[in-house]
Amino acid sequence: MLQTFFNLDILKAAWPILLAGLGNTVLLSLVVVPLGLLGGLILSVLAGVRNPWVRWPLMAWVDFFRAFPPLVLLIFLFAGLPFAGLELGGFACVCIAFFLNTGAYYGEILRAGIESIPQGQIDAARSTGLGRLQTMIYVVLPQAVRNVLPDLLSNTLEVVKLTSLGSVVAMPELLFQARQAQSLTYNPTPIVLAALIYFVMLWPLVRLLSRLENRALARG
Amino acid sequence: MSNWDRFVETFFNAKVMAKYLPDIAYGMLITVELAALVIVSGIVAGLALALLRSLGFRAVNLLIVFVVDLFRSLPPLVIIVFIYFGLPAVDVSPSGFVSTWLSLALVLMAFSEEIFWAGITSIAKGQWEAARSTGLSYGQTLMNVVLPQALRLTIPPLTNRTIAITKGTALGTVVAVSEILGMASSAVSNSYNPSPLTLGAGAYLILFFPMVVFGRWLETRMRWKR
Amino acid sequence: MQLVVEARGIHKHFGALHVLKGVDLAVRERELVFVIGPSGSGKSTLLRCLNRLEQPSSGSLVVDGVDLLDPRTDINRARQRIGMVFQSFNLYPHKTALGNVALALRKVAGKSRAEADELGRAALARVGLADRAGHRPGELSGGQQQRVAIARAIALEPRVMLFDEPTSALDPELVGSVLGVMRNLRESGMAMVVVSHEMGFARNAADRVLFMDHGVVVEEGTPAAIFESPRQERTRAFIGQIQRH
Repeated sequence: MLQTFFNLDILKAAWPILLAGLGNTVLLSLVVVPLGLLGGLILSVLAGVRNPWVRWPLMAWVDFFRAFPPLVLLIFLFAGLPFAGLELGGFACVCIAFFLNTGAYYGEILRAGIESIPQGQIDAARSTGLGRLQTMIYVVLPQAVRNVLPDLLSNTLEVVKLTSLGSVVAMPELLFQARQAQSLTYNPTPIVLAALIYFVMLWPLVRLLSRLENRALARG
Repeated sequence: MSNWDRFVETFFNAKVMAKYLPDIAYGMLITVELAALVIVSGIVAGLALALLRSLGFRAVNLLIVFVVDLFRSLPPLVIIVFIYFGLPAVDVSPSGFVSTWLSLALVLMAFSEEIFWAGITSIAKGQWEAARSTGLSYGQTLMNVVLPQALRLTIPPLTNRTIAITKGTALGTVVAVSEILGMASSAVSNSYNPSPLTLGAGAYLILFFPMVVFGRWLETRMRWKR
Repeated sequence: MQLVVEARGIHKHFGALHVLKGVDLAVRERELVFVIGPSGSGKSTLLRCLNRLEQPSSGSLVVDGVDLLDPRTDINRARQRIGMVFQSFNLYPHKTALGNVALALRKVAGKSRAEADELGRAALARVGLADRAGHRPGELSGGQQQRVAIARAIALEPRVMLFDEPTSALDPELVGSVLGVMRNLRESGMAMVVVSHEMGFARNAADRVLFMDHGVVVEEGTPAAIFESPRQERTRAFIGQIQRH
């Protein structure tokens, strides 16, 4: 069993390949997480607009991209766009798909956070002369983000795990590299190694989240 | 042909869509079957783990926490790949369908255990004490006092999480499951036209959009009652 | 004497509900106007109309010479001249006491950080909390929080202060500290409009008392007139009710 799943020779050989993959996973995460947050921020601030002509399409947009499986979106962009004459590489497709998908999720989280801020805070800020945007930036958002931090972190964890989808469109991230190594050696050790790397990398965040969630529930 | 017409011809080609509609419909069936299996097995397993955890045996709990952490940290696709491509090395060859089902069910089990556990522990100790002091057994207390309250708290996050994980059925494509995306992808390469993908996307939306809207409705309803 | 607040014929509808039915309110410089009345009489709504937190459905409203109902008016600039204190304090929990006071000074009045801090500390000193500048709202008692809220409003040097039931959410032993600050403000010559149940304060400090019921001003006069010899039946009934406590 050990020879199959923990073959030391293959481990040694595959390690540099997987490390490169890990680097790409990290790089990818560093790009798509801020992208998603930005998208979410825009959506959540827009959601505060009282005009129903803005709110309903916005809600439809958010629900649309929450219902659409990210892999399908990615394949749609990757395989479909060339037919429209747009040859975007795997990286660009991943960025767009993630911006749309994770933006919707971050947007919902931030929107809930913003809505949880009592009207009194806004009243107080406006009564001292702060404008609508100033109130949002200096009074509402700081509190909203603090309130939904566990959810934001949880979603960020999901986004990092989602980068593994890049392997389907040949992005050389961790899973892709592992699969390459596995098919070359006919041995599943690289995949075990990749799983281990994911676990070691993400487990601290999972533990932190668990603790935050339990603390939040104990309080309220 | 105008640009718009060309766009429609390409992405909404009626002839191509009609040709592959049966395939996509078949794919929908597979997706629904897979989703149903994942949801039922994942949630039942998660609830079982949470109830097991509530018994309070240290060693058992440590094991449960480890398993839950493991399946919360690993990307579902990695688990699928491991089961499908890795296990055959020890003469266990699950089909693509089973690999996908197992992977997603394990992930849902982990997340739902956490959610159920949070729900159970959030019920104030006073509830337990009151019930036990009237003579109710552990099991009766759990069934009649704690779980009904915990369930209320857990339904919104559980619904959201279930939808998110169930969308992962699309990952089955990677291991040749004949679900929607798989069927759509091969149709696209066979017909040199992306319309089957549009059709597939539509199929997913038909399945999941109502779920998302339902989840949103559920959230607001739970909020009022509080 | 100059009129700081001149509100005429203020109506406010909330959907089908007609909450304010043509209210007039004039406040002179250095005057303390007290507004009393049963719940639902529209007192809070009237107060919130005065700085346009609620938009009046109709009427005219001129504060410190500025027509607040003119859509061209820069309401944010205008609000610097009107201070408001809320029943639930509404302090920003993520900022210190000084941070609460300094925010508008920096972002609305455009003061530099140093200037804003200095003015902020001065305002906190006026309410007796200079030593709490670095504390967060969560670390302060209710009375202290409300005093910080007052400091936050007076730091911008308003021409009139609006108080919406400032002591109703406070434990009885903390009410005195807040009323003390309000008395000091009165003595320093601030025009004030106070909605409150603190009748003792009204008797001692108010220049004029308005009794409101069902969206109209039923009677107004000096504290002595309203509390001792009310002319209207409704006023008499209300005063009678609160005396019984």
